[in-house]
Amino acid sequence: MKDIGFILLSWVITVGSIATLAAVTLRRARELSARVPDDKKPWL
Amino acid sequence: MHDMTGTKTTRAIGIIALLVTAWVVISAFFITPADQVQGDSVRIMYAHVPTAWIAYLAFITTAIASGFSLARRHRTLGFDRVAGASAEVGVLFMALTLITGSLWGRLTWGTFWQWDPRLTTTLFLFVTYVGYLAVRRIDGDPRQRARRSSVIALLAVLEIPLVHFSVVLWRSLHQEASVLNPDGDVRLDGLMLFTLFSGVAAFTLIFAWLVIHRQRLMALADLDRVVGLDAAISARRAEGIGSAAT
Repeated sequence: MKDIGFILLSWVITVGSIATLAAVTLRRARELSARVPDDKKPWL
Repeated sequence: MHDMTGTKTTRAIGIIALLVTAWVVISAFFITPADQVQGDSVRIMYAHVPTAWIAYLAFITTAIASGFSLARRHRTLGFDRVAGASAEVGVLFMALTLITGSLWGRLTWGTFWQWDPRLTTTLFLFVTYVGYLAVRRIDGDPRQRARRSSVIALLAVLEIPLVHFSVVLWRSLHQEASVLNPDGDVRLDGLMLFTLFSGVAAFTLIFAWLVIHRQRLMALADLDRVVGLDAAISARRAEGIGSAAT
């Protein structure tokens, strides 16, 4: 496959950035959830 | 163990999004053919086009939620959180559009960047929403923040048609849309089109998952502030009672 470096880099940046945002979101949710009682979370 | 921001629905969305994304990556690299003109560089399209469309979707969602936030007397802050969460995700997708577009441009045009109408208007849209997120971080009353940022979101969304039709309105290095073009003529092979739409579906699910989690995260941050404030007031009262007794 020609230009595999650029193609791979595009995909790694795309999937990697989205995965990083998801991981950061879940980590922050874990921290804050521990401080807020479950009965105050309307989605539960 | 405390329950976090996830529910059965978000877990289902997450799993389906992962499966569809895996299919898109496999199809983009190993199943779809190379383009007759652009060769293998077209494989970047399956990431580039969906990120652009989802960025548009995110900014339109921000505008709609902002409209509700301004119009409604109740749940104003709830709509404002959806607007903020959607803009955050939209800015990430817009950044990815610019980066993947730049890499694709290097392969097809021989340059990472040109001050071309499509690229310039896209960059302008990205900077506008970075500004919107900056305005959201200004300290103050949450309702005032919601009103201020809603007005900005409703104005900023007007840039989207300008970005999308920039390739038709001005002479542009960027190719015209292969799918959503004014002729209504789809210029893609069946499998390539299916993979492209799979990418749009995968990124739409990821967008929904991220927005749901991030707006709940904002709600948790607000609740944490209230819980902290209640605890501080109780502690101060207890101190007062203690000192009065002595």
